[in-house]
Amino acid sequence: MAMDSIPERDSHLGKALSSDLILSIIPHCKTETRMQAGGAFQSQSQGQSQLQPHGTMQGYDPQSFFCEMLRPGQPQHPTLTLLMSRLAALPIESLRRRAQDAERDLLERGITFTVYSDATAIDRILPFDLIPRVITPAEWHQIETGVIQRVRALNMFLRDIYHERKILADKIVPAELVLKNAGYCQAMVGFNVPFNTYVHVCGTDIVRDETGAFRVLEDNARTPSGVAYVVENRHMSLRVMSDLMTSLRVRGVDEYGLRLHNAMAEIAPTGVDDPQVVVLSPGIFNSAYFEHVFLAREMGVPLVEGRDLTVEQGKVWMRTTSGLAQVHTIYRRIGDDFLDPDAFNPDSMLGVRGLIEAWRNGTVAIANAVGTGVADDKAIYAYMPRIIKYYLSEEPILQNVETRICAEPDALAYTLDHLHELVVKPVAESGGYGLLIGPHATKAELADFRALLRADPSNYISQPTLKLSVSPTLCADGVKPRHVDLRPFAVTGKDTWVLPGGLTRVALRPGSLVVNSSQGGGSKDTWVLA
Amino acid sequence: MIDVAPSHHKVHLIARHAEATIWLARYMERIENMARILDVTNTFARDADDTRNWLSIPRINGDLTEFYKKHTEATQRSVGEFYLLDQSNGTSVQSFIAAGRENARTLRALISTEMWLQINVFYARIRALTADTITPDHFTAVCAMLKDGAQAHTGITEGTLYRDQAWHFYMIGRYLERADQTTRLLDTRFHSLAPQSDAVDADLDAGQWNALLRAAAGYHAYRREHPNGYNAQEVACFMLVDTAFPRSVGLNLTQVGRHLTQLRRRYFLRMSPAMERLDQLSATLTEGNVSELAGRKLSPFLDYVQREIGGLHEDIVATFSH
Repeated sequence: MAMDSIPERDSHLGKALSSDLILSIIPHCKTETRMQAGGAFQSQSQGQSQLQPHGTMQGYDPQSFFCEMLRPGQPQHPTLTLLMSRLAALPIESLRRRAQDAERDLLERGITFTVYSDATAIDRILPFDLIPRVITPAEWHQIETGVIQRVRALNMFLRDIYHERKILADKIVPAELVLKNAGYCQAMVGFNVPFNTYVHVCGTDIVRDETGAFRVLEDNARTPSGVAYVVENRHMSLRVMSDLMTSLRVRGVDEYGLRLHNAMAEIAPTGVDDPQVVVLSPGIFNSAYFEHVFLAREMGVPLVEGRDLTVEQGKVWMRTTSGLAQVHTIYRRIGDDFLDPDAFNPDSMLGVRGLIEAWRNGTVAIANAVGTGVADDKAIYAYMPRIIKYYLSEEPILQNVETRICAEPDALAYTLDHLHELVVKPVAESGGYGLLIGPHATKAELADFRALLRADPSNYISQPTLKLSVSPTLCADGVKPRHVDLRPFAVTGKDTWVLPGGLTRVALRPGSLVVNSSQGGGSKDTWVLA
Repeated sequence: MIDVAPSHHKVHLIARHAEATIWLARYMERIENMARILDVTNTFARDADDTRNWLSIPRINGDLTEFYKKHTEATQRSVGEFYLLDQSNGTSVQSFIAAGRENARTLRALISTEMWLQINVFYARIRALTADTITPDHFTAVCAMLKDGAQAHTGITEGTLYRDQAWHFYMIGRYLERADQTTRLLDTRFHSLAPQSDAVDADLDAGQWNALLRAAAGYHAYRREHPNGYNAQEVACFMLVDTAFPRSVGLNLTQVGRHLTQLRRRYFLRMSPAMERLDQLSATLTEGNVSELAGRKLSPFLDYVQREIGGLHEDIVATFSH
């Protein structure tokens, strides 16, 4: 049975369709599709076709949001078609049983983060949604090259602002935005790092707008977390959804530890044959401790705390059963401020006294470098497209979310005019003022914020509210669209490698755009197709 | 020019992790011991003096003061609560599993995933125990669950823990704990069984000897070795010297010695103080010596053995605490 495009949701059409055919209600459905009774489904050969929700997916309606599985207006990939029909054929009870198994499994395995409130510590899991988010080879190519480009630009920017400061002299980025930034680290001025790599591990938060275009939401260039979930989610898929994955060509994610270790070995002081790498963690009570364990285990290196390390004779040593053993590279999961009480926060109990001095003397490497926070700052983010063009003479492969820098008169005028439809964010050093979500603000709040904005425009950037893409997600009332983002992980020593996958976070509450684990967020396995 | 192969990659063990490994083994072993003694007391040590039997458990653990702070009378219920449920009691299975899990958490990058998973699940099971679950009709089942969990841990460790330095420290922890527990068990029971005189072959309560041996999982083996009945000297020798009995002090100290030797030979760790102490201690654990002491003098001797076992632990930790 052939159907016209974009049919209205009317009763006679509904009756004419078999119960499995609900395609009519999808506004994006612009092409012809032939359906067969009983739920099997074929697409017409002419032109692009759309996947249609049926079976378990019946009633799935992403409305005007871009759906990562149905992918309106994008070329179809045969694997996605197959995956969708397999998924649709799974009874909802089976999905629920698997979801329960997965949840118990995560708890039992202690794949948890710790939430502290008052005197209690509770181990929580990051809820796992078992319907994967799929990325096609073409899309991945864009993400991978885009992330590599961005990491290059970030590193060149960092190199520049801690040395010649050309980009500031050329007035591409305002000097005070960089030099007075809380993340700018004086100890880094004039200091050289191997391969000019500052950001060894970068997590780039990417969203997809309603047109299906990828946009970078933020760069995480300090100590981005979440990579453990990328790998653990894959293992979980293999355990509970193995039938869904059978014979599909999904790229593996198991290489991460090896790649990370190789990068850490590359940046070790020269002349060391078999460098000793360690992962430095704040300890077992840190909420991300599971990930620290994961990293140490996957790299095959000791997981240490500050108290296991000591600086003597200008070198960093770890306390072992046979005495002190030299450490050459520290992959640290402790913030800059806590690394070394001599150099930074004198009250830090987590760090290692004298570490920064040893680093500056070249006896040890630290990843990520200190002082990268200035590069992933919200204020700098707005300049990233210009930073990329400045250093690389290339157009950004991944666009920013359209961002207006209120320090600039045109941008300020636009922001003031459209305040009710924009998100306005304070940049890092302002602090305290909070952000404004125009569509949710009262008239009084808008007026107050307008005054703040006029008083100090350079403290703000503005962005349109985003229509994040959605992905089919198992919910209490069936498989429903929920908003997702993506954090791929890039590892850089001499060169940059991007783990083919990423952390897909999903906002489990209906309509919610908040993917944070503390506010109803979960995660999905991310399949990059080969 | 000749290519020189890089020297073999050296795997270091963080000193703090070595200590955590010893403690992990000790805490998990303590759970099994506690379950055994509670179970045996509940099942086999039922005679007229019920209070004395239940009180023997706080006595073994040196908990009499603490116990009486919280309870007025030693009964199945009060002793059960104290050792199975009370999280504020440092010698309860609640505290053992919490401490065991915390050490396992510290070691999580080092131990096998299966070890961690089992401890984590075991922890949740023990934490879920309530007053309703340790009632007389269920008491033995709870003890069985604890023994099963501890033994599953032992088995998983045997089958999955990579046998490098950490494993040697783990095994030392296990054997030190077993040796220690056996001396404690023997000390308390012997105290109540043969306190009157040196005439140790006097009229003895077979039921009590049974309970003692069962608490150490040695009853059937002892029957086989000594079918003619009980004799305090023989029981003392069985529990202290017999190198075939898995929980004898002698066997466990021999094992400690083997692992110390391995640590010294393979990893060049300086274990001299511990090994010297162990040699001296082992020299006292002979059949002749123990037979001679098996009477009123046994208790001071067991105190000495316990102190030396504690000293061994300290010596070992001191070798890597710089």
